[in-house]
Amino acid sequence: MSGTAPAVNVSAAGQPSPVLCWFEEVNKEAVPLVGGKCSSLGELINAGVRVPPGFALTTHGYQRFMREAGILGDIEALLKGLDQQQDPDRQEAASQAIRQMIESRPLSWELEDLIAEYYRRLSVRCMMPAVPVAVRSSATAEDLPGASFAGQQDTYLWIRGIDDVIHHVRRCISSLYTARAIAYRVKMGFDHGEVAISVGVQKMANSWTAGVMFTLSPGDGDRSVIVIDSNFGFGESVVSGEVTPDHFVVNKVTLDILERTISQKEICYTVDPRTQKSRKIEVPYERQNVQSIIDDEITELAWMGKQIEKHYGRPMDIEWALDKDLPAGGNIFILQARPETVWSEKIQPAITNPGASAMDYILSSLLTGKKVG
Amino acid sequence: MKFPSPHQIGTIPGTEGWQRMYPYQYQFVTDDPERKGYEENTFWFYDGLHYPEPLYPFDTIWDEAWYLALSQYNNRIFAVPPVRGVDHRIINGYVYISPVPVTDPKEIESRVPKFMERAGYYYQNWDKLEAQWKKKMEATIRELEALDIPRLPEFEDMSVVTDAVGESKGYHLLKAYDDLINLGIKCWQYHFEFLNLGYAAYVFFLDFVQKLFPSIPLQRVTQMISGIDVIMYRPDEELKKLAKKAVELGVDSTIASSQKWTEVEAALKKLPKGREWLSALDLAREPWFNMSTGTGWFHHDRSWNDQMDVPLSGIATYIQKIKQGVDIERPMEQVRAERDRIIAEYRALIQRKDDQVQFDELLNTAKTVFPYVENHLFYVEHWFHSLFWNKIREVAAIMKEFGMINDLEDIWYLRRDEIKQALWDVVTAWATGVKPRGTRVWPREIEWRKGVMQKFREWSAPPAIGKAPEVIQEPFTIVLWGVTNKSLEDWAQVQEAKDPDSIKEFKGFAASPGVVEGRARVCRTVDEIRQLQEGEILVAPTTSPSWAPAFAKIRACVTDVGGVMSHAAIVCREYRMPAVVGTGHATKIVKTGMMIRVDGSTGAVSIAR
Repeated sequence: MSGTAPAVNVSAAGQPSPVLCWFEEVNKEAVPLVGGKCSSLGELINAGVRVPPGFALTTHGYQRFMREAGILGDIEALLKGLDQQQDPDRQEAASQAIRQMIESRPLSWELEDLIAEYYRRLSVRCMMPAVPVAVRSSATAEDLPGASFAGQQDTYLWIRGIDDVIHHVRRCISSLYTARAIAYRVKMGFDHGEVAISVGVQKMANSWTAGVMFTLSPGDGDRSVIVIDSNFGFGESVVSGEVTPDHFVVNKVTLDILERTISQKEICYTVDPRTQKSRKIEVPYERQNVQSIIDDEITELAWMGKQIEKHYGRPMDIEWALDKDLPAGGNIFILQARPETVWSEKIQPAITNPGASAMDYILSSLLTGKKVG
Repeated sequence: MKFPSPHQIGTIPGTEGWQRMYPYQYQFVTDDPERKGYEENTFWFYDGLHYPEPLYPFDTIWDEAWYLALSQYNNRIFAVPPVRGVDHRIINGYVYISPVPVTDPKEIESRVPKFMERAGYYYQNWDKLEAQWKKKMEATIRELEALDIPRLPEFEDMSVVTDAVGESKGYHLLKAYDDLINLGIKCWQYHFEFLNLGYAAYVFFLDFVQKLFPSIPLQRVTQMISGIDVIMYRPDEELKKLAKKAVELGVDSTIASSQKWTEVEAALKKLPKGREWLSALDLAREPWFNMSTGTGWFHHDRSWNDQMDVPLSGIATYIQKIKQGVDIERPMEQVRAERDRIIAEYRALIQRKDDQVQFDELLNTAKTVFPYVENHLFYVEHWFHSLFWNKIREVAAIMKEFGMINDLEDIWYLRRDEIKQALWDVVTAWATGVKPRGTRVWPREIEWRKGVMQKFREWSAPPAIGKAPEVIQEPFTIVLWGVTNKSLEDWAQVQEAKDPDSIKEFKGFAASPGVVEGRARVCRTVDEIRQLQEGEILVAPTTSPSWAPAFAKIRACVTDVGGVMSHAAIVCREYRMPAVVGTGHATKIVKTGMMIRVDGSTGAVSIAR
C-alpha cells in the first residue's frame, strides 16, 4: 500500500470525494469513481494478481478540472443540436474545438500539485526517477458489458516527467470528445453531460513481449481454452492489429498448449532509449519468425488468466506484458482485464434436449452422423 | 484429396492369380458393371489397424468372421438406423473396408423404433448381459480346449468295435476341423455382441463433449474414462508381480542371467527359491499368459505361453527398474485423481443445466461400456486365438504327416476351405490305403504363395482407395481407425511427397500431451522391443498389451495406426509421456537412430535432417 490517504476534496454534502486514488484503493464497484479500466486494475490487485502499480484521476477530479477550466458552457453550446442531425462534419468540427479547449487549459495549481505528488510517490515506489508510465483514459461507460466503448479513448505510452504526465492527462480527458465518441453517444442516446472520465497513470512495464489473452475461444466461444496473442515490445502492435501476432491456444483445464502459430512479426513498439519515447520499429529480420513468448511463460500466463476468470466468475479479455527488467517467475504483468462481451452475452444453444436420455442422444447422433473437419 | 481407383491398382508382376488365395467376394471386379460402379464410387480405406501386413490365406478367417459379425449386429440385429454393415475387399493381400450407409431417409426412420427397443435393451441391462457374455465366452474357450484333433491310426482301436462306435477317426478328424472352425466363428459372433453399442456410447460421449468444447483434445475426453480396472492390463501386472517376487526371493540375478527362457528355467529349477518362484509363475500362466505377443490377429502372434522369452524379457525389464529404485506400479491413484479433477473442471465450464445432466448420463454410459470394450480383447483376440492357432497346428501336423505340407507353418498359406478339401483328400486316401493327390499339389502351390506374400510385403498399400467423401460420418470408422478428413489429408500429403527421405514433419492424432525430443527406434514387432534403449522414442506400426514393458523404457511413442483409444494412446497417457498415433506412415518415414521431436499436444512429429 502507498501509506497515503486518498487526496480528497469535500463535496457539497460533506462527504469526502477523492480527486486521486491509488489503484489498490478501489475495486470493481468503483466504476463511477475511476472508470472501468482503473476499477478493474484495483480489483485485480486486490485479488492478488500482479499488476503494475499506478493511480487514477477520478471522475471527481475530472469534474473539478472541467469546472475550474470554465468551459462547460462553451462545450454545451458546441454540442447543442448535434443530437438531432447525425452530421459527421459538424461532429468533427465540434470535437476539434472542444479538444483544443480542454488541452489548452492549465490545471489549477492544487490539482497539478496533487498529481505531481502522486507521480513522485509512484516513482519512489518503483525505485526509478521519473518512472515511465502509461497514461490511459478510463471511461465510466467504457468496458461495460453491452456498451463496447473499448478503444474509443486514448492511451499514451512511455510518458516520463510530471509535465508530460499532466499534459497527457489532459489529452486523455479530451478524448472523451473525439468525433467517434460524440457520434457513439448520439447514436446510443447517452447524454454528453452525464458521461465522465477518469485517467489512469500506471507504471509502464518495460515489455519484452506483450499481447492479449481471452479466457475463451473468440472463434467459437469454447470456454475450455485460453487464447493468447503475442508480439515483441509493447502490446499496442497486437491491440491495434498492426501485426499478425503469434497465436497460442491453451487448454484451460490442463494448461497444455494445444495450438501454436508463429507468425512473421515485422514491426513492434518499443522505447527509443535516446528520446525516451515509444516508437514503432522494424523487428530484426532474424527475430521476425521467432516465437515471441516461451512455453513456460505461456503456461504461467494462462494460469493467471484462469485465476482472473475464476475471480470474476466470467470469461475475460486481458492485456498482459512480460517485463524485461525482471527475472522469470515474476515478470508477467496484467495490464488490463475486462469481461468478454461477445460470447458471454450470447445465449448458447443447448446441445441436448431437456430430459433427453443418453439413449436419445446416441440415437440422434447416429442419425445426424459425425462430421469431421 | 486424391486416392487411386481400385481398378487402377495393377497386379504386382509375378503374383498373377493371387486372387485365388482369398475368398472370391473379396475381389474388386471388372466383369460385373454394377458391382464395378459401386466399387469405384465407394471410399475404401486400408484397415492398417488390424492388418499392418498382408493377410495369409488362412488368417482371412477372422476378417470374414468380423465382416459377418459386425455387419449382422449393425444391420440385422440392432438395426442401427443410418449404417448397415462394413464391406470388405482385398487388394494385393491388404484388407480395405468401407461402411455401408442407409441412404433412404424413410428407411432410416423405419429402423429407429427397432433400434431404440433393441439397443435400449442392451444398454439398460448391460451389466447383467455382460456377465452372461463372460460365461458364454468362457464356455466356448473350454470347448476349444477340450476339442480333440485325432491322429489317423493304422488300425482303429478295438473299442471302436466293442463299443459299436460306428464312426472312424477319419470322420472324427473332418468333424473336429469343422468344429474348430465353427468355434472360431462363434467366438467372433460373441466378440461383436456388445462392441458396436459400446463404441457408440463411447463415440457419442466424445462427440458430445467436443460439441460443448470444440477445442477439447480427444485425449482429454478419453482421460475422463481412465483409471477403470480392466483385465487387459492384468497380464502386464502379473509380470510386475513376478519381478517383485523374484527380487524378494533373491532369484532376480538368475532370471536376468539369460534371454533364453529354457536356460533360465533350468537354472531356477536347481534353486529351492527358484522352484518357489516357478510355482508362482505357473499360477500366473493360466490364463494370463495366453496373452498374444502381437494383436492376436495373426497366426504368428504366438502367446507368452508359447514364447516364454517374451514375458521373460518383460520381467527382466521390471526387475532392472526395481533395482534402480523406480516405482513400477501403474500410478492409478494419480490417474484417478487427475481424471476426477479434469471431469470436475470441464463439468463446471458447461453453461446449461440440461447439458450438465446429459454430460453425467453419457459419461456414466461410457464408463459402463468401457470395461467390455477393453476386456473382450483378452477373451477373444488373446486367450481364444492363442489356443485356436495351436489347434490348427495340430491339424497341420496331420497334414505334414501325410505329405500335404512340408512344414507345420505352411498351413497358413491355405484357405480354410482348401484345408477342409485337403483333409478329405487325406482321410479318403488314409481309409483307402493310397497316396493323397494333394502331396503333389499343395507343396508347390504353397511355395508359389510364399513368393507372392513376399512381394505383397514389399508393396506399399495406399492408405485409401476410391472416391474420398467430403465428410466421413460413420463413427466406428472414425474412432477405431482414426480416419478423419484431417488424417486423410495428411496421409494424402505424405503419399504425394513420394520421397519419404525428404519429409521433415508429419502429423497424426495428438494422443497424449507433452513434447519430447530424442532418438527414434523403429520396432515392427514385439520381438524387436528388446533392442530399445532407455530414453528412446518408440516408432511402431501399432502396439498391443504385450508391448507394455517397452513403455517402461521409452520417453514417447509414435504409431502408424490407431486412434486416441488405441493401446499406445492409453498407456502413454497413464505414464504421462507424449504420444502421436495414427500417423499413417511413421515406420516408413522414420529410421532408427534419427533425432525426432514428438509433440503429443498438437500431433506433430518432426525429424532433424
